[in-house]
Amino acid sequence: MAALLKIEHLTHFFGGLRAVYDFNFEIPEGAIYGLIGPNGSGKTTTFNLITGIYVPTEGKISFQGDNITGMKPFRIVHKGVARTFQNLRIFGNLSAMDNIRIARHYTTTSSLAASILRLPSFKKEERIIKQEALELLELMHLSNRAQETAKNLPYGELRRLEIARALATKPKLILLDEPAAGMNPKEVDDLMHLIRRIRDEFKVTVFLIEHHMQVVMGICEYIKVIDFGETIAEGLPEQVRNDPRVLEAYLGKRGA
Amino acid sequence: MKLRRIPWFLIAATLFYVIVYFLNKFDIINGYLLHIINLSLIYVILATSLNLINGITGQFSLGHMGFAGVGAYVSGTLTTLVLKLAPTNPANMLPFILSILAGGLVAALVGFLIGFPSLRLKGDYLAIVTLGFGEIIRTVFNNIDAVGGPRGLLGIPRFSNFTVIMVFSFISVVVLRNLIESSHGRAMLSIRENELAAELVGVDTTRYKVMAFSFGAFFAGLAGGLMAHLIQLAHPTQFGFIKSVEVLIMIYAGGVGSLTGSILAAFGLTFLSEGLRLGIRAVADATGLPIGGEWRMVIYALLLIFIMLFRNEGLMGNKEARIIKLGEAD
Repeated sequence: MAALLKIEHLTHFFGGLRAVYDFNFEIPEGAIYGLIGPNGSGKTTTFNLITGIYVPTEGKISFQGDNITGMKPFRIVHKGVARTFQNLRIFGNLSAMDNIRIARHYTTTSSLAASILRLPSFKKEERIIKQEALELLELMHLSNRAQETAKNLPYGELRRLEIARALATKPKLILLDEPAAGMNPKEVDDLMHLIRRIRDEFKVTVFLIEHHMQVVMGICEYIKVIDFGETIAEGLPEQVRNDPRVLEAYLGKRGA
Repeated sequence: MKLRRIPWFLIAATLFYVIVYFLNKFDIINGYLLHIINLSLIYVILATSLNLINGITGQFSLGHMGFAGVGAYVSGTLTTLVLKLAPTNPANMLPFILSILAGGLVAALVGFLIGFPSLRLKGDYLAIVTLGFGEIIRTVFNNIDAVGGPRGLLGIPRFSNFTVIMVFSFISVVVLRNLIESSHGRAMLSIRENELAAELVGVDTTRYKVMAFSFGAFFAGLAGGLMAHLIQLAHPTQFGFIKSVEVLIMIYAGGVGSLTGSILAAFGLTFLSEGLRLGIRAVADATGLPIGGEWRMVIYALLLIFIMLFRNEGLMGNKEARIIKLGEAD
C-alpha cells in the first residue's frame, strides 16, 4: 500500500539547537502509528513541521504523494491533515458547538453574499453543519455540552472537544499530541476505544504522540522512538518495548 | 422556536422610528434632540463596524475615523463639488445615496490596501500602523486645497435626515449581525480566540483579517458620509486620532464583541456627552462658578474609569440581546 504520509530526511534546527534530525517515516492509510520519546526529544516539533507551523531546515514531507513541505498551515489542513494540541488550543469564549462549526468552515460553500442575505441555500447548509456538529459531539459524549462555553468544560472533555474539532475538518490523517494527558484511567480506556472508532468508522489514519504506555502499547500498530531528535528505534510494540536502547533512553526508569 | 422567526429587531427598529418621527412632528422632540439622535445613529454604525475589527476578529485598529474621513470627503466631494446637488429637489436623493455608497466603497478599498500589508502585524504593532494611517488621512485632507484644506469641505448639502440615517444604521447592523452569525463570521471569531488554532482548523486567517478590515472600513465610510451630510461639513479634525478613540471607548464601554453593547453605548455616550455639556452650563449659570463646558470631558473620562474598574467587560460583555440575535437556524 502506498504511504499516506511520507517523511524523508526531515531535519530542523532552532538556531544552533538540533530539534529533529534525519527523520524518516512512512504511514500507510488506515494505520494507527505512535511517536514516543522522552520530554524534549522533538516529538511536538515533528508535528509542528508536518502541520506547517515550522518550515523544516531540510527534508521533504509528502501527503498522498503531494509535496506539502513549507505549505501554509491552513492549506495543509485543506489537504486533509488535522491535529490536536498538547497544550489545548480551544476557542475558549465560544460554545462547544461553535468550536466544531469553525472547523467545518473551509468545507462550507455559502458565499459571503448568500450568508448576509440569508438565502435558503445558506440556511440549508447551516442546518447540515449543525447536524454534523451534533453528531460529532455525540460521538465524543459531549451532546449535553453543545451550548456550554468551552472554557468552562473540564479538562478531559476539552481534550475530546479538540479531537471532535479536528475531525470536523474531515481529515484523512489526524495527529494527536498526547491525547491522554491529564485523563483518569477510565477516560484513558474510553479514549483508546474512541481512537479505534475514529480509524474504523471515519477511515482516518492516526499518528499520535503519547507518554501513556498503556495507550501506546495498546493501540499503536507501529511505533517510532526518538531521543534528542534522532530515531533510536522503531518497530512493532513488542519489539520497541524490549529494545535495550529504548529501555535505556525512555523506559529505563520503569524497567529498572 | 416559532417566536424566533419573528423579526424582533425589525419591529423594534420600526417602532423606534415611528415614535421618534411622530414625537418630532408634534414638536415633543425638538430639532436639537433629533440631531443628537441622528448623531447617535451614525455612531451606531461607527461602533458596530469597529467592533467587527476589534471585538469580533480581535485586531486592534486605532484609525477607524480615518476610514470615516475617506467616506465623508469622497461623498462630500461628489455631492458638493462634482454633482452640485441641491437638497431641495427630492430627485437628488438617489444620487446622494449612491455618493454615500461610493464613499463607503472607496473607504473599503483603502481598508483593503492598508490591511493587506499591515495585518501580518499583531497587537500593539498593528495599533500603531492604524494610528499612523488615521493621522496620514487627516494630514492629506488638511493639505488638499480642492477640498478646502484646513478649512474643511464647506457647504455640503444637508441630505442626511432621520429617515436616511435610520435606514443606513439599521441595514448596517443587520448586515454585520448576519455576517457574524455565519461561517465567515465564525472564522473571524476563531482568529480572536486563538489565531494558531484557527489556522490549524483550516481558516485562512490573513484573508479573514483583511475581510474584517475592509467591511469595517466600508461601514465607517458610510457613517462618515452621513455625518458630513448631516453637519454640512467635512473637516480634518473630525477624523483624527482623538475621534477614533471616542469610537473605541464606545465598544469597550458597550462590551467588546457585542453589537448590542455597541448600539447602547453609541446612544448612551452620545447623549451623555451632550447632557453633560448642558448640565455643566446649568450648574455654572445657577452657581456662578467659573466652570465651562470643557469640564464635561473630565466627568466623561471619570465615568469610563469607573466602568473599567467595576465592569471591565463592558455593559454587555460579549453577549447579545435576544432581539438582535438571530438564533440557530433550525
